Amino acid sequence: MKVRLRDISQFDKEAAETAIQKDHGLHPDDRFLKPGRIPHIWCPGCGLGVVLTTFIEAVRRNQIPIDKCVVVSGIGCTGRVAGYLDMDTYHTTHGRAIPFATGLALANPEMSVTVFSGDGDLFAIGGNHLIHAARRNVNLKVICVNNFNFGMTGGQVAPTTPLEARTSTTPTGNAEPGFNLPYLAHAAGAIYVARWTTFHPRQLVHSISQALNKKGFTFVEAIAPCPTGYGRPNKLGSGLEEMRFYRDMSEIRNGADPKLAEIKLRQRFIVGTFLDSERPDFLENYDKNVVSRVKSKQKVKEKGKAA
Amino acid sequence: MADRDLLVGEHFIHGDAACAEGAIASGCLFFAGYPITPATEVAERMARRLPEVGGVYIQMEDEIASMAAILGASWGGAKSMTATSGPGFSLMMENIGLGMMTETPCVVVNIQRGGPSTGLPTLVGQADVMQARWGSHGDYGCIALAPASPQECFDLTIKAFNLSETYRQPVFVLADEVVGHMTEKVIIPKREKLHILARSLAKAPKQDYLPFDSSGLLPPPMAIAGQGYHVHVTGLTHDERGYPVITAEVQERNVRHIVDKVRKNAQRIIEVDTVGLEDAEVVVVAYGCTSRVARQAVENLRQKGFKVGLVKLITIWPFPSNLIRDLSKRVKAFIVPEINYGQIAYEVERTAQGDAEVLLMALMGGSIHTPSEIEEAVGEYL
Repeated sequence: MKVRLRDISQFDKEAAETAIQKDHGLHPDDRFLKPGRIPHIWCPGCGLGVVLTTFIEAVRRNQIPIDKCVVVSGIGCTGRVAGYLDMDTYHTTHGRAIPFATGLALANPEMSVTVFSGDGDLFAIGGNHLIHAARRNVNLKVICVNNFNFGMTGGQVAPTTPLEARTSTTPTGNAEPGFNLPYLAHAAGAIYVARWTTFHPRQLVHSISQALNKKGFTFVEAIAPCPTGYGRPNKLGSGLEEMRFYRDMSEIRNGADPKLAEIKLRQRFIVGTFLDSERPDFLENYDKNVVSRVKSKQKVKEKGKAA
Repeated sequence: MADRDLLVGEHFIHGDAACAEGAIASGCLFFAGYPITPATEVAERMARRLPEVGGVYIQMEDEIASMAAILGASWGGAKSMTATSGPGFSLMMENIGLGMMTETPCVVVNIQRGGPSTGLPTLVGQADVMQARWGSHGDYGCIALAPASPQECFDLTIKAFNLSETYRQPVFVLADEVVGHMTEKVIIPKREKLHILARSLAKAPKQDYLPFDSSGLLPPPMAIAGQGYHVHVTGLTHDERGYPVITAEVQERNVRHIVDKVRKNAQRIIEVDTVGLEDAEVVVVAYGCTSRVARQAVENLRQKGFKVGLVKLITIWPFPSNLIRDLSKRVKAFIVPEINYGQIAYEVERTAQGDAEVLLMALMGGSIHTPSEIEEAVGEYL
C-alpha cells in the first residue's frame, strides 16, 4: 500500500518560547504556572481558579520543594488543572487519576502526590478507585472540586447533583439524590476530610495545607460555582451570585459528623474540617507486614543453609 | 547472600512463573494486577518476589486500575508490569491507549483464554491477537511477543521490557493458557549473559529538553517525576513540550510519531524462527502453543521428504510482512493454524496479495491442533 501524507511543519521550539516570554512572569504566582499555558479554558465565574490558587498558596505555605510536587488529574474541567501547574503533572483518563497516582506514589514515595479532579470524575466513573485508595490509605491528597454537574460536556447530571436539581439531562429535575462526599470518603477510610466553598479561600488554603502535611489518604471537597452548567438551569445567577449563594447556605461546623454533610437543593449545608486522624498508610503497612516478614524469612533460610 | 534479583540456575516452572521471573530479571519493581484465570499465577509469583527485591506489589480493585497504576509507577521511575487475560485485557484498553499517547514504557502480559466474554476461563485461546493490535481507540504502533514455552516466557518478558524502554510504550507479552500453565525446564542465566536495558533518563538542560520530541525515529529519553523537568503528561493531543494543542497539525505530528516509531523500526523489532524455508513449497505460519504442534508436523513431514517450512512468529506485532510477501511469490500455500476464527490468517492473506493460497485452520478455543491435522492439511497442497 502506498501512503500519502499531508505536508506538515516541524515543531518550532523558538517560536513557542518567544510566544511565551511576552506575558509570562508578570504575576508573582507565574512561577507555579507552566509558561505559555494561560489563559485557561474555564468559563467566567467558574470556581476552579480559586481552588487552583488556594492549592498554590498551600504548597507555598508548606514550602514543599516544587520538584517534589506531583499533580494527577482526570478528565473534565478540573482535569485541566494539571496542565497549568509548573511541576510534574499528569492528565490521565476519565476517572483513573487515583489509580495512576497510586502507582506513582508507591513507586516514588518521596513525591508529594495530589489528585485534583472533579466530582464526576472522582465519584461517577472513578468512584471505585476512590474508595479503595481511601481504604488502603495510599499517601494521596485528593482535592475534589464539586460543581454538582458534568461541566466540560455541557452540564449533565452528576452523582453529586441534588434531588430535583435541573441539568441538561434532567430538564424537569433530578430523580436521584446526590452523594454526600465527605461521609463517603470518611466511611471508605480517609484520614482527613474537609469541605469548603470557594467563598472560603482562607479555610480552603488551611485545609489543603493540613492535608499536604499528612501521610495517608486525605480528602478536601471544594464546592465551586458553575454558572454555565449548573447555575443557569437552576436559576442561581452569575458565578459571583452562585458563590454568594453557597456562602449564605453554608454553616461552618468543624468536627461535625460527616453524616450530616448531605446537600439538598436550596437547603443549608455544613462545611468545615470534619475529620483529622492518623493511621498507618499503605507503604507503612506493606513494609511492616510484607517486606520485613519476607526479609526475616530469608535470613532464617540463609542461616539454615550455612548450618 | 543469594542474588534474589536473579534466580540463576535450572528451574522446573510454568510459563506464568517464568513471565514473573523475566520481569524480576529485567528490574521490574512494580506490579499492579487483579486475579484472573489463567494469569493469576503471574500475580502470585510477583506478590512473593517483589518484596524480596525491594519492589511493590499491589492488587488493585480491577484491571482498569491495574493498568493506570503501572503507568503511574512508570512515571514514578519504576519498571512496571501487569498480567491479565481476555476480560481484563478488554478493561485495560483505554489506559493502554493512554500509555501509547503518553509514551510510557511498561509491560502487559496477556495469558489468553477462550473468549468472547467470560468464555473459557480455564482453557486456551489465541483470539486476542487483533485486540492487542487495534483494541484501544485511535492509531498507535503495537509491539506484541508470543512465547511458545516457559523458557520463552522468561526470555520474551525481558525482551518486552527492553522494547518498552526503547520505544517508550506499553509492550504486550501475548501468551496463551497452554504456555502459561505448562511446566518445563527454564534456565535463568547469569547476569552477564542477559541483555537488560536500563531506562534512559533525560539529562539535557531543562530549556533544551523536549519530553515528546518527535523529530527522530526513536522517542527521547524520559523525564520521570522528581527530576525537575516539570513535564506535563497528557492523553490529549500534545506538542513536543507535552502541552495540549487541539489542532489538526499537531495531531498529525503526534499520531504519526507514535505510529512511525514502530512502523519505521519494524525490521529491527521483528523476530521470527523458521524451519526449511529455503526449499519450502508450503509454509505453516504459527505462534504460541500452536507453533509447537506446527513444528512437530513440519519435522514429521520433512523426515518423509516433503518440502514444507515453518514461520514461527516471535513478534506477532509488528507482523513480518516482508518475509511473508517474499515467500508468497514462491510457495503454493500458507497454512495458518490458530486458536481463533481467523486473525493472523487475515494478515497472511493480506500480505500474500493473492500470490499464494491461505488455509486457516481455526479452532474456537479449548483445545489445540494435533500434528496430524496439520500434516494432513499440508498434504492437500503438495
